[in-house]
Amino acid sequence: MADYLPHTPAEIDEMLAFLGMDSLEQLFAHIPSAVRLSQGLDLPEGMSEPDVAALFTNYTSANQARASEMTCFAGAGVYDHEVPAVVKMLAGRSEFVTAYTPYQPEVAQGVLQAIFEYQTLIARLSGLPIPNASLYDAATGLVEALNMAHGATSRQKMVISAGVHPHWREVATTFARGTGHEIVVVPLKDGVTDWGSVDASDAAAIVASYPNYLGVLEDMSVAKQLAVTNDALFVLGADPIAAGVLKTAGQWGADIFVGEGQPFGTPLAFGGPFLGLFACTTEQTRRLPGRIVGETVDSNGRRSFVTTLRAREQDIRREKATSNVCTNQTLMAVTAAIQLGWLGTEGLREVATRCAQGAHYLYDELVKIDGVTPVSTQPFFREFALRLGRDASAVLLTMASDGVLGGVSVAALTSGSDPSIDGDVDDVLLVTVTERRTKEEIDRYVEVLRKAVGQ
Amino acid sequence: MTARALSGGRAASAPLLGHETEPTLFEMSVPGRSAYQLRTTGVPATAITELIPAMHLNKDVVAIAEVSERDLVAHFTRLSHRQFSVDLGMYPLGSCTMKYNPKFCDAVANDPGLNSVHPGAPAELTQGWLELLVTLEEKLCAITGMTAATLQPAAGAAGELTGLLLMRAFHSANGDARRRILIPDSAHGTNPASVTLGGYEVTTIPSNDRGLVDLEKLKASLGPDVAGIMLTNPNTLGLFEEEITEIAAAVHEVGGLLYYDGANLNAILGAVRPGDMGFDIVHMNLHKTFATPHGGGGPGAGPVAVSKRLVDFLPGPRSTRLDDGTFAWVKPPRSIGRVHGWHGNAMVLARALAYIDVHGGDGLTRVAKYAVLNANWLRHRLRDTLPAAYDRVCMHECVLTATPLKNKYGVRGLDVAKALLEEGFHSPTVYFPLIVEEALMFEPTETESLQTLEALAEAVERIAQRAIDDPDGLHRAPQTTPVSRVDEARAARHLIPTEDAASR
Repeated sequence: MADYLPHTPAEIDEMLAFLGMDSLEQLFAHIPSAVRLSQGLDLPEGMSEPDVAALFTNYTSANQARASEMTCFAGAGVYDHEVPAVVKMLAGRSEFVTAYTPYQPEVAQGVLQAIFEYQTLIARLSGLPIPNASLYDAATGLVEALNMAHGATSRQKMVISAGVHPHWREVATTFARGTGHEIVVVPLKDGVTDWGSVDASDAAAIVASYPNYLGVLEDMSVAKQLAVTNDALFVLGADPIAAGVLKTAGQWGADIFVGEGQPFGTPLAFGGPFLGLFACTTEQTRRLPGRIVGETVDSNGRRSFVTTLRAREQDIRREKATSNVCTNQTLMAVTAAIQLGWLGTEGLREVATRCAQGAHYLYDELVKIDGVTPVSTQPFFREFALRLGRDASAVLLTMASDGVLGGVSVAALTSGSDPSIDGDVDDVLLVTVTERRTKEEIDRYVEVLRKAVGQ
Repeated sequence: MTARALSGGRAASAPLLGHETEPTLFEMSVPGRSAYQLRTTGVPATAITELIPAMHLNKDVVAIAEVSERDLVAHFTRLSHRQFSVDLGMYPLGSCTMKYNPKFCDAVANDPGLNSVHPGAPAELTQGWLELLVTLEEKLCAITGMTAATLQPAAGAAGELTGLLLMRAFHSANGDARRRILIPDSAHGTNPASVTLGGYEVTTIPSNDRGLVDLEKLKASLGPDVAGIMLTNPNTLGLFEEEITEIAAAVHEVGGLLYYDGANLNAILGAVRPGDMGFDIVHMNLHKTFATPHGGGGPGAGPVAVSKRLVDFLPGPRSTRLDDGTFAWVKPPRSIGRVHGWHGNAMVLARALAYIDVHGGDGLTRVAKYAVLNANWLRHRLRDTLPAAYDRVCMHECVLTATPLKNKYGVRGLDVAKALLEEGFHSPTVYFPLIVEEALMFEPTETESLQTLEALAEAVERIAQRAIDDPDGLHRAPQTTPVSRVDEARAARHLIPTEDAASR
């Protein structure tokens, strides 16, 4: 009988009597008996909290990849950054955690102002003036960007670099089944998008990634020029940490920025919940998907915040809405605002710099190992791909026995061959270093990998 | 009633120190101030200009904000004090199921053994997570009467679109080009928006005078071009579609599929299962039914469960139990593909499983019974003040109307909703469903006590009395909240989405 229900038997009787009923069953009497569940749910009886906690240790102890057991060098869009106690505690405040969508602004200024601050930060990091309040994740953010590009151009062709994360591309392909968009993937050569290899005429969007998912920094002016030439929107998926040192999406001329916001205070969390960062030019404001918070005043003239441009949204426009999205990922957006407030201007630059320093230090050591070669010789930011000369998934398991999560196997991301990789993908490993990795940990990685590839 | 006890869910005592505006983070920023602290790594501090070519480096600094940790904490703590939440008090927002979110479920999911795991780690190293996901899938299928589920959709709307893509894949596999989806006029706006993105057209089915799908009109709309129907049951009026088996038979007769919008699943846990009603596809809102915190509007989770004939089309990869007792990622043979960047909102999924385990089959059944009891008690208690749009037994929520107050005193549903804030309660959902005039949709949920329901009813009665005594005061309500009614038209006319767009 463990639960959170306040009703006493006497109160239930009293409430039923008030309704002129003598059993709870009567409340369900109008449901046709043919569909009623006669034997109850086929689930175990309820358990107390400590009993469930004990059960859950079966799950936690079977996750060998947990932080206490393994040092993380895995990335692929999800990074092991420092999340300080102050961010965890503020973002964990139950006023933020247990609120709902700010429908009544008079009692939701806390969440609304936090989102406004988040939007300001995303606009600055992306270099684009119109952010939204966030989307589910970067992959679905890309889908919304494609829908926006279709709305702006009335075209269906989406030209997407294979340097865009394979999962994002796959999600875009899934949703194109409904919208009818034609997805054209542009292969990489030496880790760089070979834009000339496809026909981009009549494209709605040119989509690139900065850095691309293999970590490579491509010259984005090439993609921008292709978009301009073909009158398409330029959609740039960017690592938001990179904005600490690298050019922003806006500086590269992007019309739409999408990004994975996990690096801003959200734990690895086995992939979710994360948040899709999204911003665009003012020309696209009326096509913006999801929520946006705007500043206004209350009836007493005080500064206030409210969700605005509501006429685009599904609950009002129904089948003509710009998107079917109802919620955003508010808690993660609030978390991102707090984390960025903690980092500040200098902290973000420091984190970005340290990631680049650690990754380059590790790279230089690893390419000295016989049989280990880089996939690309181009500049990179904080992540890189290596050919190991043997199955990367097997190498990862060997490294795991030494307490190192050695990266992400590209074969696992792509489930087979992929236009981002020339030739076989099975021996390709994606490796990243964050500001949390010490020189000692990095040096150890080198030894563990050397052993795992048999050198 | 236990009349001497006072309500634990009324928030009218919440203290506030003042009514000034809170500065933004940027207004508090002082150049040179900082809060961050990073690990000492010993990694060579090579200049960034030596690592990355100049063409990629930003010559300008992206300005964030420069504040001390103390000011950061004070700022966000004050913001939190300007925010209503379930933890503060009753949140009877219809169709949103704002029930109490057990702290235990947060704690168990936040264990580092779950939340420090990288989603790209090999399955061999994440067996605990894979088992958790399979276990949750099996339990959700037991609750809904379905065969298998995808846990990837990040929210209900994502689940809807996934469901529509499953319909499309199923019909295409049968060489069957269909173009229409039927939706009742009481449906939530997300349904038609999803239909458009799923590549289908909407046909709206009118409700009858009992607030239910008009079966004859439904039959008249059916044809070989109908891909399926999307239904919420109980519907958005809080009423059970009593002719569901007839509806299912008619839609199946023309080869269409039935989609169950799980927005209102809380009402029927353990009483009736969508699978037994004939539904082929079911989405669940774990943030509603299984009490995962709404987070101020996300994250949610919207798993989609299907009947046997649709299993092969599910998004993938799915965590799958192998014969040797281990778990692996397996892509269904005719999968529509991924609908999420990774494996769904995993932490939300873990919380939902903890909630299901604590309650068990018996507890979940009680959840529905008490939710329905509370809604009916409130409907009946308020019948003289705010009559029900359809005055008969409802399920977990009741749609009441402020039309009598409007006709007699010019006080609208919105005024009642705003005045409730001054009484220490969150507003109900207003003006939805669209087919009810001056609608006020109350969903008390099962975790509110009789004393809190009574306190809410008395608050509504006081507001009704104010409608007689001081209708103008009601038009101006609320005044005791951090801000009063905001100028929404101005926000939309002159968009200020960022600090940089504001002229400070």
